[in-house]
Amino acid sequence: MPSVSSIQTLTQLSYLVAAALFILGLKRMSSPVTAVSGVRWAGAGMVLATVVTLGFMSASPLNLMLVIGAIAVGGILAWISGKRVAMTDMPQMIALYNGMGGGAAAAIAAVELYRGSEHSIAHLAIATVGGFIGSVSFSGSLIAFAKLQGLITKSVRFGGQKFLNLGILLLTVALGFVVVSGFDFGLPIGGLPAVSLFFACALLLGVAMTLPIGGADMPVVISLYNALTGLAVGFEGFVLDNAAMIIAGTVVGAAGTLLTQLMAKAMNRSLSNVLFSNFGESSAAGGGTVTGTQKAIEASDAGVMMAYSQKIIIVPGYGLAVAQAQHKVWELAQLLIDHGVKVRFAIHPVAGRMPGHMNVLLAEAGVPYDLISDLDEINAEFETADVALIIGANDVVNPDARANRASPIFGMPILNADKAKNVIVIKRGQGQGFSGIDNALFGLDQTRMLYGDAQAAVGQLIQAVKAAG
Amino acid sequence: MIDGVIALYIFMLAAFTGYEVISRVPVILHTPLMSGSNFVHGIVLVGAMVALAAADTTLLRVIGVIGVILAAGNAVGGYVVTERMLKMFVTAGRKKG
Repeated sequence: MPSVSSIQTLTQLSYLVAAALFILGLKRMSSPVTAVSGVRWAGAGMVLATVVTLGFMSASPLNLMLVIGAIAVGGILAWISGKRVAMTDMPQMIALYNGMGGGAAAAIAAVELYRGSEHSIAHLAIATVGGFIGSVSFSGSLIAFAKLQGLITKSVRFGGQKFLNLGILLLTVALGFVVVSGFDFGLPIGGLPAVSLFFACALLLGVAMTLPIGGADMPVVISLYNALTGLAVGFEGFVLDNAAMIIAGTVVGAAGTLLTQLMAKAMNRSLSNVLFSNFGESSAAGGGTVTGTQKAIEASDAGVMMAYSQKIIIVPGYGLAVAQAQHKVWELAQLLIDHGVKVRFAIHPVAGRMPGHMNVLLAEAGVPYDLISDLDEINAEFETADVALIIGANDVVNPDARANRASPIFGMPILNADKAKNVIVIKRGQGQGFSGIDNALFGLDQTRMLYGDAQAAVGQLIQAVKAAG
Repeated sequence: MIDGVIALYIFMLAAFTGYEVISRVPVILHTPLMSGSNFVHGIVLVGAMVALAAADTTLLRVIGVIGVILAAGNAVGGYVVTERMLKMFVTAGRKKG
């Protein structure tokens, strides 16, 4: 039997290797060519750390069984759900798995805090902060999941909401202070009740913070909660003296923060704006410049128009994801290319529900990279395009963002689809988009609306192009 | 085991590392990378395992079991969806090359 200290050294060394594999894995994930090997490297690190921890763990037989059983339950459920989920539903699954990580960090904090007395004040403080962040990330991510999954369809907003949230925050901080210091303000909440109340308030705060945020802002919110979970894991790593958790958690916390900033910047909104302004509420008053009526077009006419175009730019949006139309769209694009039409895909940084969401879907359908352009590359080309085909995108092509100061999205960089000679918009109905803002593009003279589910509408276009050729 | 100041150094260096690793990533990989980083914080699993292993009351065991289930879900689910997404990008890359 090896000595206790050599076991600890071996465990720590395995954590060091795991941390290195995580960083190298993330690095390799940042290039499409090495990306799959990247996630496998990180996966190897995870397996190594888990197996070594399990192998050298000093636990009673009961606890050991509980550990193995819990890993099996959580792992198998996640494996099945992860394999089954459709690519289009990926954002909410990431939100769900991320929330689980936050919940696990909060659970570690709860175990440490309920045990309490054996820790120094510094340890208790770090455990409390990590538990707070983890709890907010847990309940907030679950609300984000429910919203994207369509389980919650309304954004709950009411007067004084910010003050209520501020109140919950202050109460949580006060309870955290009680937990750490043991000073109970003379109230009968010392010890365990304070810990329970603290977690209840932190969980409530995550719910209250996320409920009023509109669907269009969800990518930023999920990214933020991803960063928060990372931080919470890092903090609990300090509490448990676990270097792998500190490094992995902090790396994710920093990377996630940067990613959140990039996303907020792409929408031309600050993070505080996303979190604390009730987005979309002012749109009823601010949408006054929308002129002209929406003019419908039949798929057969649209198909003819496209078949005889020289250059078409396709702008996919969330509607494409909802209708799972990515394969049909690529079929249409290939057909048009065979007709000698120059086809490009224009992707707005925040199209869909996450940055890169559209790229994932188009990659799934097999669209080559060189046909896909981002905002800076493609915007000058709309003027020379015969047709801009908008598939289920809305806010990212709304010219109000350029021109109308009253619009809630004024200042957001958009794809200049309105500069194309003709615009065809595939849209489910005449209503507003997910963010609830009117779109001036739909009323322009050169715009025609093709109403219907994106997959069905693109299918009709394919038939029409075939008939025209 | 990890000294306070040393821990702060680890924290600082890891933060810079995370910032650098992601700062050169093209937009098209943002969703897979968010998913990948989501998988990486699944390392919380080892912490949850240690916490459950040391649990000595029913309350702590219940919380510990919940923690391990959630953490395992984070790690396994995060891995599965990330790998599925990235596999598509490789196919697209080969088609181009």
